[in-house]
Amino acid sequence: MTAADVILSSAIWLAFVILGIAFLMTVWRVIKGPTLADRVVALDMLTGIVIGFIALIAIRTGFTLYIDIAISLGLVGFLATVAFARFILSDGDGGKAPKPDIARALLTPPPGPRRKQAGRRSAGSRPAVRRKAGK
Amino acid sequence: MMDILVAVLTACLILAGAGFALVAAIGLNRLPDIYTRMHAASKAGTVGSGLLLLAVGLHAGDLSIFARAIAGFFFFVLTAPISAHLLAMAAHKVGYRLSSHSTRDELKDYES
Repeated sequence: MTAADVILSSAIWLAFVILGIAFLMTVWRVIKGPTLADRVVALDMLTGIVIGFIALIAIRTGFTLYIDIAISLGLVGFLATVAFARFILSDGDGGKAPKPDIARALLTPPPGPRRKQAGRRSAGSRPAVRRKAGK
Repeated sequence: MMDILVAVLTACLILAGAGFALVAAIGLNRLPDIYTRMHAASKAGTVGSGLLLLAVGLHAGDLSIFARAIAGFFFFVLTAPISAHLLAMAAHKVGYRLSSHSTRDELKDYES
């Protein structure tokens, strides 16, 4: 192993770590993003990061055929973004409708159903009906 | 000696590309509204992947492979502004709001 190999392989490992962090942060924006357009932008960015990963693998393995794969992935990502832009134009609502916040739904534990029902129970036969429907 | 020079240059390109991708991801998470997030993702992200492709071409040391890497780089540099512009126009036309920090919306004057 020569000095050039050591320099190159250490740089490649560092770049893998950095790209992995960037990838996870972008995935977080896809999950969190409050509107549809935010998620589309983050998906476009994910394509770019994956192209970077493919380039790193091309250097590491020596198969330069990976360049063609990266170019075709870039083409697919471009076409997907154009299609998403048309979709936003035809079907979007300007981010006005309340979208489900997936991140909050994943992170917060579900509220205890029994205690809430007990608190809400006021009078009448309503809780019994609800319990029957739940079963 | 030439070997080490090429390796150092390739390592610099790799680290610069990964750094640009990280900056783009940080910007994507920190910026306030969709238009500024698009600014971070489409510029810094494209330069990041383009620099990594250039590193592949430089590392191979072959003219045809280097030409293919350059072609891929120019392809990304040409298509990223188009897709970002389409997305921004669609989002603005549908009515996505700018953040409260922005002072001016020139596209609104253009559309009306």
